Amino acid sequence: MLHLVLFLVFGAMCVAGAVNLLIQKHPISSALSLVVVMASLAVEYLLLGAEFVAAVQVIVYAGAVMVLFVFVIMLLNAGEEELTKGSRVAMVLGVPGVLAGGLLIVWALIHDSGGNAVALGALPGFPQKIGALLFHEYLLPFEVTSVLVLIAILGAVFLAAKPETPPAPAGRKG
Amino acid sequence: MSSFQVFILASVIKIVVVILVLLTAVAYTVWLERKVVGHMQNRWGPSRVGPFGLLQPLADGIKFLVKEDLTPPHVYRPLFIAAPMIAVICALTSISVIPFGTALTIGGHTIPLQITDLNIGLLFILGITSIGVYGVALAGWSSNSKYSLLGGLRASAQMVSYEICLGLSLVGVLIVSGTLSLRAIVESQSGHFWGFIPKWNIFYGCQFVAFFIYLMAAYAETNRIPFDLPEAETELVAGYHTEYSAMKFAMFFMAEYANMITVACLATLLFLGGWSGPVFGPPLLQAILPTFWFVAKIFVFLFLYIWVRGTLPRFRYDQLMAFGWKFLFPLAIANLVVTALVVAYRS
Repeated sequence: MLHLVLFLVFGAMCVAGAVNLLIQKHPISSALSLVVVMASLAVEYLLLGAEFVAAVQVIVYAGAVMVLFVFVIMLLNAGEEELTKGSRVAMVLGVPGVLAGGLLIVWALIHDSGGNAVALGALPGFPQKIGALLFHEYLLPFEVTSVLVLIAILGAVFLAAKPETPPAPAGRKG
Repeated sequence: MSSFQVFILASVIKIVVVILVLLTAVAYTVWLERKVVGHMQNRWGPSRVGPFGLLQPLADGIKFLVKEDLTPPHVYRPLFIAAPMIAVICALTSISVIPFGTALTIGGHTIPLQITDLNIGLLFILGITSIGVYGVALAGWSSNSKYSLLGGLRASAQMVSYEICLGLSLVGVLIVSGTLSLRAIVESQSGHFWGFIPKWNIFYGCQFVAFFIYLMAAYAETNRIPFDLPEAETELVAGYHTEYSAMKFAMFFMAEYANMITVACLATLLFLGGWSGPVFGPPLLQAILPTFWFVAKIFVFLFLYIWVRGTLPRFRYDQLMAFGWKFLFPLAIANLVVTALVVAYRS
């Protein structure tokens, strides 16, 4: 019972945060709404019993990634965005698109709401189990992802590196 | 009483006691710091209010409460008000998973001396601390002042950088003890080796390098000298809390000292054996002694904090980043690799 109440409360918070993210005009407010979304998702993981995933969600997304977002917004001192009337293409394509997506989700929920739903607290995600899975069964994808991250880091370093200083004139080599 | 009622009653009592003790400890850490730094600088420190100035924290508290609460114009009000709350809430929440002694048995009910025992206790604390950065960063941004903004920027960059070293220094301990539950980590450190040396992780697990890294990263995370660049008074007035006054300022102050205490608790639990220590005497003394050892170790750690504050000058900002990324970070990874190899060889 308590689980269900908490699930509904944090689910509503998650959706409200996501909507707020879109309608806020200031980048900082949007970023903070995203933090709310991340944090309420973490609570939902917790309700499913996946404590480790919940903690990692908070530490990595809410605590590191979003702090960097906020940092960049603060550093660039981004102002409020201007409110336009919206493009006609977005109106023509967007509204039916949203409707179609919503209908698809509703249909999937109705169609698939059989007995195979995951019960709350049914997926105990102990760190040991996750570690064993990650380093035995899914070792290759894990390592490939690490290479991907490494490439991203190298790209960032390359973009951020200062341009090379022009070579010193001949005859003054020290 | 049913066991559920006992659980609720015990939890409420524990929460009230822990919060009261924590807030008192925060107030008296401030007093201790002023007193000790005063003596280091050949002056008396607080000495007028009460014997040895012991009532000074009380007087300060009253002063903070009755002072005018100024909100400067042009601040972004919602965040300006929320920032000190975020800081203090995160600082006070993380104490809830800290175990401060063995279990008590009263009338057949076993009550662990800890508000709640999560099996991911350590990660919980890291998560809460990483949210705490927002308090400082948003305070700096919403104040709409250049000093505050610079302080907030420095704080977020510094805390994100040193969080990595902090986390990596803890992984060594986790490899040695094989669990994330703080209670289990302490229990794995009981006993002695070679007859007399306690089996604390800092000795037995050879985690003294990790302890050094943790110490440095913890000072940076709590914005203390020599890493207090977010509030460097010689260049930034007061950094991120320049524009705050009265109780809002006091909330940042409380958050900083509560964080110091949490960091000291974590250091004690992970590296210094928690509440383990010689237990002797009548049953009542035996029940009190473990908590006494725990508090004594925290006190030593806090004293070290104050000692460092009275001794070291502040880093320059580029030195701070170079120290974190080019020295502490590789050192932490080396420590991690060596610890993992040793543990794999032993087992």
